[in-house]
Formats: sequence, structure tokens, C-alpha cells
Amino acid sequence: MSCFLINSSLGKKLVMSISGCFLVLFILFHMAMNIVAIISPDAYNMICEFLGANWYALAGTVVLAGGVLIHFIYALILTMNNYKARGTQRYAVTVKEPGVSWASKNMLALGVIVVVGLLLHLSHFWAKMQLVELLGGHESEVCGKMVAATDGAELIRLTFSQWYNVVLYLVWFVALWFHLTHGVWSMLQTVGWANDTWYPRLKCLANIVATIIFLGFAAVVVVYYLQSVCPCCNGAC
Amino acid sequence: MNFTLKIWRQKDAKSKGAFETYKVENISADTSFLEMLDILNNDLIHEGKEPVAFDHDCREGICGMCSLHIDGQAHGPSQAATTCQIYMRKFKDGATITIEPWRSAAFPVIKDLVVNRGAYDQILQAGGFVSVRTNSVPDANAIPIPKADADESMDAASCIGCGACAATCKNGSAMLFVAARVSSLAKLPQGRVEGARRAKAMVAKMDELGFGNCTNTGACQAECPKGISIAHIARLNREFLAAKLQE
Amino acid sequence: MALKLDAKIPAGALADKWSNHKAAIKVVSPANKRKLDIIIVGTGLGGASAAASLGELGYNVKIFCIQDSPRRAHSIAAQGGINAAKNYQNDNDSVYRLFYDTIKGGDYRAREANVYRLAEVSNLIIDQCVAQGVPFAREYGGLLANRSFGGAQVSRTFYARGQTGQQLLLGAYSVLNKEIAAGSVKSYPRHEMLDIVVEDGEAKGIIARNLVTGEIERHGAHAVVIATGGYGNVFFLSTNAMGSNGSAAFQCYRKGAGFANPCFTQIHPTCIPVHGTQQSKLTLMSESLRNDGRIWVPKKIEDVQAIRSGAKKPSDIAEEDRDYYLERRYPAFGNLVPRDVASRAAKERCDAGFGVNETGLAVFLDFKTAIERLGKDIIKQRYGNLFDMYEEITDVSPYEQPMQIFPAVHYTMGGIWVDYNLMTTIPGLYAIGEANFSDHGANRLGASALMQGLADGYFVLPYTIGDYLSKKIQAPKVNTDTPAFDEAEKAVKDKIAKLLSINGTKSVDDIHKALGHIMWENVGMARTEESLNKAIVEIQALRKEFWKDVKVVGTADSFNVELEKALRLVDYLELGELMARDALNRAESCGGHFRSEHQTEDGEALRHDEEFAYAAVWEYKGMDVEPEMTKEPLDYEFTHRAQRNYKD
Repeated sequence: MSCFLINSSLGKKLVMSISGCFLVLFILFHMAMNIVAIISPDAYNMICEFLGANWYALAGTVVLAGGVLIHFIYALILTMNNYKARGTQRYAVTVKEPGVSWASKNMLALGVIVVVGLLLHLSHFWAKMQLVELLGGHESEVCGKMVAATDGAELIRLTFSQWYNVVLYLVWFVALWFHLTHGVWSMLQTVGWANDTWYPRLKCLANIVATIIFLGFAAVVVVYYLQSVCPCCNGAC
Repeated sequence: MNFTLKIWRQKDAKSKGAFETYKVENISADTSFLEMLDILNNDLIHEGKEPVAFDHDCREGICGMCSLHIDGQAHGPSQAATTCQIYMRKFKDGATITIEPWRSAAFPVIKDLVVNRGAYDQILQAGGFVSVRTNSVPDANAIPIPKADADESMDAASCIGCGACAATCKNGSAMLFVAARVSSLAKLPQGRVEGARRAKAMVAKMDELGFGNCTNTGACQAECPKGISIAHIARLNREFLAAKLQE
Repeated sequence: MALKLDAKIPAGALADKWSNHKAAIKVVSPANKRKLDIIIVGTGLGGASAAASLGELGYNVKIFCIQDSPRRAHSIAAQGGINAAKNYQNDNDSVYRLFYDTIKGGDYRAREANVYRLAEVSNLIIDQCVAQGVPFAREYGGLLANRSFGGAQVSRTFYARGQTGQQLLLGAYSVLNKEIAAGSVKSYPRHEMLDIVVEDGEAKGIIARNLVTGEIERHGAHAVVIATGGYGNVFFLSTNAMGSNGSAAFQCYRKGAGFANPCFTQIHPTCIPVHGTQQSKLTLMSESLRNDGRIWVPKKIEDVQAIRSGAKKPSDIAEEDRDYYLERRYPAFGNLVPRDVASRAAKERCDAGFGVNETGLAVFLDFKTAIERLGKDIIKQRYGNLFDMYEEITDVSPYEQPMQIFPAVHYTMGGIWVDYNLMTTIPGLYAIGEANFSDHGANRLGASALMQGLADGYFVLPYTIGDYLSKKIQAPKVNTDTPAFDEAEKAVKDKIAKLLSINGTKSVDDIHKALGHIMWENVGMARTEESLNKAIVEIQALRKEFWKDVKVVGTADSFNVELEKALRLVDYLELGELMARDALNRAESCGGHFRSEHQTEDGEALRHDEEFAYAAVWEYKGMDVEPEMTKEPLDYEFTHRAQRNYKD
């Protein structure tokens, strides 16, 4: 049984589906956590502390990294297979088939954007928080200031006071939105939980999930940026 | 009506192909697309040139022999129709029409627009049947089958094996074809007996023959001349995973 | 030397003949079956079902088809259904009634024993197909549904939407695949049989051309089965697939097999009318449409003109101004009269000037009454795909306006003569399905072609071929390195070389269209002595023109569609003449064969049983030599031959 996950096209798809599902759940959790940063920076920092360099948080990080890695590597393998299956001679003319979403045909490209965004994000936050603690440090320099590894809220404030970070993150979230609009219903199709009655519902559900995730993440970025450019927004005036 | 045709010409499987441009004139709007190619071919023969080779047979949309990627679409601009069921009134007068063969690694070109779809036969030989011997069967009405199941089985069974699904799929996946057969038999008590074995064998053969992996774009169902739904792919996934998990 | 025809009809009561025969014929032991090779040409219902059944039995089978897959054979296009005497509808159907309807429908020109056997095994076919996973239409209770069809007063037709042929063929193809996977059958797609090899008076194999590479191949076997369908494409325009052809059957005829009743051609009444000169084929609208559709033309010639000019729409014609001519002439069967009767009635109205399109060659098939009675949804459920197909082709919606239909060539009842065992006059050579002549007489009833193809392939041939092969168990593998194979291969190669060397001015299609025109005008729905004599002269002239002036481009050793078509046309040009000769000989009207000189006062077919109660079996004597005819008398022991009556 183990080999069909490696050898069979449907086995590989199952891996994509399950790892994708895991990542969606993680993202939903992450988004929920971020929202806290808008409501109460202190509460947010408490969560950050809780998820510091503890064994369970580390284990979670490893599993998560594994999930991303598997999802990405399998995507590369599948795409390479698919490219080969298409043959050497390509169509001179192609059109978009009716009812076929743009996202569904560009999942790898969207995925690459998501991964690049992820690396940027890791350098902005993970490298300044969990990594610092792992290396035995307690603070690092951000935008010319020293920030404590446990002060996630301050890190957010500093990062999103820079307009280019805001733009980069929004692009990232848009790519993620597209990726999820196809990915969420697609993972159910892959395990066979779909039929003609449910396609409209599942696609609607996928759009809702993707949109909630997008809005949740974007809200933090936008709110913090606005606070940085307009002190009044911060309740300071 | 007048048309300019850009047609893929390729001498044989080994040769390199290229597009050639032809003009056809005074075509009636009621002419079918393949009749338009017949007219072109008759002109070419009179000029002493080799006619364009293309597959076709019944010309009423059921044999699955005709193919052609026309202006970027499998079986041309109509939905739920084969190439032989396309009429020239679908095109603008004076239009340039690009005609290509199916392009998929598993469907190598034999000549011009003719490809080898033998891979589909091989997939069905791997398990697309009920192992029943002639004359060794119960009365036809011995097992009642709910009408809804029979209808759904029939939806899937209307597949004509034309290859449009794999030819359209950006991944060159034959999943809709394989699913149609698996699903059609899975909905019937007669087919259930070997359901697990069938799903595994046919998927394995599909992989072996170099078809790509389904990424659920749904392009296949959009271009399927029989409008077969990807819900059958979901059923194949279910059948296959259930079979594998029982191993 | 005239043909020796022994139909080998078993003695005994009609209902016992097949059982007695099965008990009497020899069988081959499993160990010996493994040593015996069978070639089957054609993969339609007959060929595929025979190959699968013989493979299961343990024979080594090779199967050939010209398409890229066995699944594409033209059986796939049959729409309406398949008959069986199940009596599931409790409408007093029985094997005898199916037998009687078929004999009567065939206008008493079929063999009683064969037809009875067909009706007898019909029930097994339905059982077999259901077990294979054929999704026949069902009722809400989960049991099989039936519909009625032309020429019958009971509902005995099983169907799978409008795609019954497709589903039955996919069933046969699936069990064929099972045998291919098991190794008992080897499949040769894109191969065309170009000659049959006869050695010591027995069929020993075939010469085939690989259509991809052009290579000429030899294949030897202990028996050869021809399952290549009919030759309706001799008319150029027909409902047959473009590739359907009569060449395999004709090679058998050339090599000495008798060809029976070649003139018996079925003209199907419900096809979409011809629209122009560039048309490549005619599209059939299923006969099942006549269940709910009513056929009519206007009563007044002014209305006809108004419709033709576009001044009036068909739906504008008032009920009392419509001539539902089938209901008027045949009150008992109405719109469900057999195909030949419906076709001729349409021709009669059009000849009288009531044809409703520009060419004057169309009548209406109207669903107005049915839509009013049953509602649009039910009609859509029953015929939706056919209506869509019609609209796609003609740009007219049958929900709004009646369909226009006209008869077109559909099926050939004539074919290679076979005995009760389905063996031709050449020992070891068999013919099944539409390729043989045996079961439909002068007219085939709707939904009976599928029945015959599968009956022959699943339930008759696998038994009867054993009787012949039981004598071959000592015979070694057929050697294909013999003078007979050499000669046959050389003849094929010479013919191809000749065709490629003519380099004239006419394309194959140009000449085929000319032949089709001669055939339709003179050997079509109504034939006269004069028209048939004219046809013979014209076909002979056209044949000369072909051999002098045809242009076949391309090479012999490549994928060459023009060469394929030219090789088939060579045979049509002789087959057309044979059909005309047979029609000329048969100075009576029966079923699909209508000689205008022989009709009753009200225009019905007039048979002459004393003179023509026989199958006319023709023997080839050479391309430009008159063939010789031998009669197989048709004795009607069990049924009374009557004037067919569909009026009351």
C-alpha cells in the first residue's frame, strides 16, 4: 500500500490532497491567530510566547515544513509527469475552455508565488522569532530597532510600516486566494467526495474559505500599515 | 463562404510536421466541417497533391473516429458535439481556421491529422469489462436495477472513446475516459463484483502508458462531445482509493 | 458449373430444429481447440461477439478491422433498439410471434428455419448483454423497459436511450477486450482484408493490408469468418459510415462464394433530406421517432408551394389541411408500418408533387400532437438527443416545427449466401450479421439487425463452426507460404500498382458519386425493367472510365486513404451491376425491392410466389462476364404466405 502513494497517479494525488488539506487547516489557524494581533497586541504576544521554542511548537514546525515540502515536491513531480505526457509538439492555438477556472490551470505558478512569499515571510518573522530563540538569542534588529523574539506584535508593526512589504504581502495573499479557490474543492474531488449536485456547493465553499483566509491575513497587514501612516488610526489623537 | 485553412501536415510518424495554408471557396453554410475538408481534398487530388489525412467514419457523432483540434478546441467550436457534427455556419465567412491533430504523448501522430489512440484500447483491455462468459448468465430481469443507477451508468457509458479528454487536458490525462468506464460499471450490480480489481488495473495501465495526472481543471468535461461529467472521476477516485485501502 | 446449394436445414418441427441440430453437430475438445486458428474480419456486433465467444471457447482468434479500434464498427450507430421475444410487457409476445413478424416483415423471402432460430435465441441476447453491464433503459421498479417499433404490434424492443447499437457494441467489445487481454484473441486494427485465400476448395486465410504502413500481410487459419456488414455505400450517399464497404464480401464472391439477393436494399424512411451536391452522407433519425411522431404532407398543393417559398410555416397548416397519409392508408399500423412501406409511401406523395422542401424530396415528421398529449418534458426525455442532433444539422428546432425527412439507403438484406450453419459455398468460410443474406428476406424490421448480429456471433456461429473444425483437428497450422497465398498476394499487389499507375483526371469520389447517382435513379426505391437495363449499361461504361481515368494519388507503402477508397470502389463498380442484374431478374415486388411494373391497384408490392419464392444466388464468372444464377427454393412449411397487410 505504501508504494501506491509514490507509484500511482491517484496515490500521488491523494498525497497532494491530504497535505493540501493539512496546510489549509494550518493557514486557517494562523489567520485566526493573526486576527488577535488587531484586537490585542498583548494577547497576540502571549500566543507567540506559547508557540516559542517549545518542543511541541518545534514538532509542529517540523511537521508543517514537512507538509509544505511534500506538497511542493509532489507538485513538481506531478507537473513534470504532466509536461511529459503532453508530448513534445504543443498546440499552436489554444483557448480557455468554458467553465474552466484560470487558477486550476496555473496551480504550480500560483504555488511558486506562494512559496516565494512564504520564504519572504519566514525571513521577516520566523527568522526573527523562533529561529532566534533556537540559536539561544532573545532579540534581533528590525528596521534599525532591536525587537524581542517574543514581541510578535512589534515585529508586525515594524514590517508593515514599510509600503513595499504591504504590496508584496498582498500579492502573496492574492496568489494564495487563487490557489485555494481551486485547491479546496479539488482536494475533495481527489478523494472522491464530490458529485454533480455538490460541485456548485463545493466550489462556493472553496471560494468562501479562500476569501476568509485572504481577508483575515490582509486585514492585519492593512490595519497595521494604516496605523503606521496615520497616527490617528491608532487612537493616538 | 470562403475560408483560409492552416492545416498540420506530417508525412508519417517519424517525419517532422509543419502547417500549410489552403483556401477553400464557395462553401455552403450547411456543409459539415468534414465535408469542407472533403471538398479541399478533392481539389488537392485534382491538382495531383496528396489529400489531407484525417480520421472519420460514421459522421453522425457516435463512432468516435473523428478528432481534430480546431482553432484551439477539441472537436471545434461547438460544445457537446464531435467534429463531424460541426457545420460551417459556426464559422465567420473569411475566417482563418487552424486545424491540428490531437497532441498528447500517448497519441502519436500517424499522418497529418491522424493519431494512434490504441492506448485507450489497452486501458480497456486491462479491466474495462465484466468477466462474463457467453451463455453463462441469469435472466435479464433477475436483478432489478434502480432507474437512477441505470441512467447514471448510461451517462458514463455514452463515452465514444474519441480521445478529446486527453487531447484537451493540459496534463494529457486520460482520467475522464478511464472514469467513464469504471463509473458506468460501478453503478451496476453486474459490474460491482470486479469493481476493486477493475479500478486498480485500469489506473495502473493508464499510468504505465504515459498519460498525465488529473488536476481537476474540468477542461475534459467542457470539451467532451458527450458531456460526460467529472463526477465520474470523483467516483473513480473513490473506487480506486477504497480498493487500495483494503489491500 | 452451377453452385451446389445445400442449406442443411435440419428436419423436424420448426421449434425443434435448432435443438436437434445442436445435438447432432460435432464439438471440438478443449485440447484440440487450442490448435485451431480462426480469422474474423470485422468487429461490429457479429464479429466482436463471435471473436469473444470463440476466444472463450479456446480457439486462437485473429480479428481485423479497418478502423483504429474494434469499438468503431458501424454497429455503433444503431439508435433505436434490439428486439427480443421476452414478453416482459405481457402483451402476448412469443418466440413464434417474433418469428412470424420477421418472416412477414421480410415479405416471405427469408428462410423459415433461420428466422425461427433468430427469434429463439433473441431472449438469450438480452440476458447476455445485461450481464455484461449494458445499461438498458429501465422502469422505476428496476426492471427493463420496452418500446414498440415498426412492423410489430407488441412492445418488444429493448433500448439504451438512442444509442442502443453503441451500448451493445461496447458490451461485445468489452468481452472482446477480455479475450484480447487473456491472449486468446489477437486484434489487428487499421487492417483491411483485400483477398480471401482458397486452397483445395477450402478457405485458408486472407491477404490484408496494414493501412498505416501499406504492408501486404498473409494470415492463415482453419476457418475465416466475414463479419463486415453491408454494402449500402454503393449508393455513395447512405446512412452507412464512410468506411463501411462491401469489399470483403465481394472478394469472397470473386473467389467462388455465392452472393444471394444482392438487390434487396432497405431504404430507411426517416433520414434528414439531402441538402446539396457536396453532401458526404445521410443522417438517420431513429425509427423510434415514429412511435410519437406523425408523418404528413399538406393536402393542398397551394400549401406545399407556400411552404417551399417560405410564405407559410409548416405549423401554420391547419389540422384539416394535413394529409397524415400513413394513418390514412394503413389504419391498423399507422405511422408504425414497416420501413419499406413507409419509404414508398413518402416517395408516392413526393412523386405526386407534395414534397415539402425546395427539392420536393421531403415529408414532415411532426411531434405537435405528442407534445400536446405528453408534454415537452416527456418528449425531451425520449428523443432529446435526436432533436438536438436534428437542430444542429438543419438549424430548425423539432419542438417548434416538424422535422423534414426523406428515405435513404440504410441496410442491405442481400449478402453472401450461407447455409443453416452460416457457412458460405466455400467450405471453411463463414459469413455473419449483415454480411450474410439469411434472416431478413426482402425487408428487415427495425431493431432486428442488432438482434441478428449478436445472435450469429454469440449463439449460432460458436456452435456451428465446431462442426466444420472438428474435421480439422489433425490439420497442421496453415502454411501461408504456398502458391495460393503467393497468387493472392500478387493479385492484390498488381491491382494496387495498376490503380496507382492510371493517373487520370477523375478522383475516386467523382466516380463514386456518379455510380451513386446511377444506382439511386435506377436501382433505388422503385425499379423498372427499363431503368435496370439502363443502369447495367451505365455502370459498365463507368467502370471502363474508372479503369482508364481514375486518379489515385500517394503511394502503396504508406497511409493512403485514396488508395483504400479506390480499392473499395473497384468492387462497388461490379457490385452495383450485380444488384441491377438481380433486380432485373426478380420480376416481382417484395419488401424493399419494388418493381413498378408489379404493384397492386393501391400501389402495394405485388409478389409472385410461384415464380420467385427463392433466393437468387449469383456466382462470379469474371469482371465483364455475366454471372450465373442458382436458385435456393424457399419452402414455407410452417407459415402461410399472404399478401402483407398493414391496413387492418
